[in-house]
Amino acid sequence: MERLRSRSIGTDIQQWIVYIGFLAIFLFFALTLHDDGFLTQRNLTNIILQTAPATIMAVGLVFALSAGEIDLSFGSIVAVAALSAAVAMQHYSMPIGVIAGLAAGVFIGAFNGVLVAYLKLPSFLVTLATMGLFAGIARTMTDLRSIPVVNETFTGIFGSGKLFSIPSLVIWTAIAVIIGHLVYRHTKFGAHVLATGDNARAAQVSGIKVPRVRFYVLTICGACAGLAGLLYAGRLQAAKYTLGESDLMTVIAAVIVGGTALNGGKGSVMGALVGSVLMGMLNNGLILMNLKVSDQMIVRGLIILLAVAISLRDTKR
Amino acid sequence: MTDAEPVLSLQNVHKAFGGVVAIEEFSLDLRAGQIVALVGDNGAGKSTLIKIISGVHTPTSGGIRLDGEPTAFADASSARSNGIEVVYQDLALADQQPVYMNMFLGRELTKQPFGLLDKSRMRQQTQTLVDELDIRIPSVNSTISDLSGGQRQGVAIARATHWASKLILLDEPTAALGVAETARVEELIISLKTKNLAILMVSHSLDQVFRLSDRICVLRRGVQIGIRETAKTDKNEIVSMITGVS
Ligand SMILES: Nc1ncnc2c1ncn2[C@@H]1O[C@H](COP(=O)(O)OP(=O)(O)OP(=O)(O)O)[C@@H](O)[C@H]1O
Ligand SMILES: [Mg+2]
Repeated sequence: MERLRSRSIGTDIQQWIVYIGFLAIFLFFALTLHDDGFLTQRNLTNIILQTAPATIMAVGLVFALSAGEIDLSFGSIVAVAALSAAVAMQHYSMPIGVIAGLAAGVFIGAFNGVLVAYLKLPSFLVTLATMGLFAGIARTMTDLRSIPVVNETFTGIFGSGKLFSIPSLVIWTAIAVIIGHLVYRHTKFGAHVLATGDNARAAQVSGIKVPRVRFYVLTICGACAGLAGLLYAGRLQAAKYTLGESDLMTVIAAVIVGGTALNGGKGSVMGALVGSVLMGMLNNGLILMNLKVSDQMIVRGLIILLAVAISLRDTKR
Repeated sequence: MTDAEPVLSLQNVHKAFGGVVAIEEFSLDLRAGQIVALVGDNGAGKSTLIKIISGVHTPTSGGIRLDGEPTAFADASSARSNGIEVVYQDLALADQQPVYMNMFLGRELTKQPFGLLDKSRMRQQTQTLVDELDIRIPSVNSTISDLSGGQRQGVAIARATHWASKLILLDEPTAALGVAETARVEELIISLKTKNLAILMVSHSLDQVFRLSDRICVLRRGVQIGIRETAKTDKNEIVSMITGVS
């Protein structure tokens, strides 16, 4: 019994790694980049604002990974959703734009979901294919052109606005993380997601509707990517096919570093939030260090590799 | 005891998978407070029978009666809602989840007003059950993968007991266990008799079958060879029924 105790403390340390890593990287940048303005309130706020879309995608991905699935297509969904919103707003109105953006996300997510849950295709291949498919669709939608988003209500709500002096991007992040956390940890659905990813057969014979769970997690990923698309469009005041393009690695790394198992059954929404901010801080610090873009990519790739290796250490088989 | 109404009876059940006949023709009555052992060589059709009773497979022909009423289980859920629980040969537990969540897998308790999980009630009910059955686990919060094989099987049986109101089906409940753990699980199975449940158990260990069962039913390549009262037979007879060599 004593042995079991100490072992579970061991796995607890594993869960704290994201926080330890967060502090370590923060302190490193705080010391080395002090004169470059890393610690200024403006820079720190900027990090939070820039990571908002990635954090929201990470919340969705926690559900997919926990259910034993993966979504690789969310970056492309972001672009399609942002472009749909921007085009709809140009032609109709701001509410129609919002609905179009979110609906695009939900629809593509549900499309992935049907293929995975009911046609029983592996989510890795399905979303690899839809990633390419919708990246292409995003390019054809507007002939590679960028669409300006000028509606001030929209850019306020989804971009630069504030409510009680809290930036709206922070509010959206908080909403997604809090709802995500509650659903994940405190509802039947969350328990069924974990059971499905842990042991799908056990879930099935226990009466859990496994295909439905798989359908929902991929739809949730799509919905989160749709919202992320709106936030990109709001903050940048434009939509373009490149939006979300470079988020795939960052978001997956954020979720894994945050303690979610790649093969299902275990995860944390709060961990994904911290992981995502950590990735944002890393991007920011490397830029402030004046590294060339190519060097940034190399360093970031290496750090992510290290972080993921540490995070996955105990799930080795 | 034998004159009590059977909880569940199988009447001339036949099962074929495509052209392959898995169960020729099978009839059996299961009564509350009795353990029936189902024995036979590999591929004899034991697991198939368990799956027919638990609603996973539907019989090709023949009938199932529950408390005397003709019944057809559409799926595992409908057998479960009729008070039939199964402990599977390969444990149906979610390894990375805590004991109490496994106890309520697919049937989680919630609380009003928001319908959120009632974890404290699930923990507490699990604790009560675990104490009652004397299953020795470090805590109801322990993750399944941190438990030994015997402790896991204990959890699986406790879950079945918690939800079964009529019948528990055990498919090789001690196949993966050591000597001491097997003894613990056997004690647990015997204690289920006092709960007025009917028990059907598949086992490859004849010693175990003779220790636990009231009756023994033998299958050979899908054919029902016979049923014996455990007290009135011996191993030699059962072995020759299983192998067909006398
Ligand atoms: N789903 C299925 N489809 C086709 N054939 C099946 C199926 N399930 C079982 N069978 C066949 O039915 C026969 C009985 O199998 P079953 O699993 O019931 O045997 P068993 O008595 O449980 O054996 P063991 O002791 O090895 O567990 C076997 O010949 C098996 O190949
Ligand atoms: Mg079997």
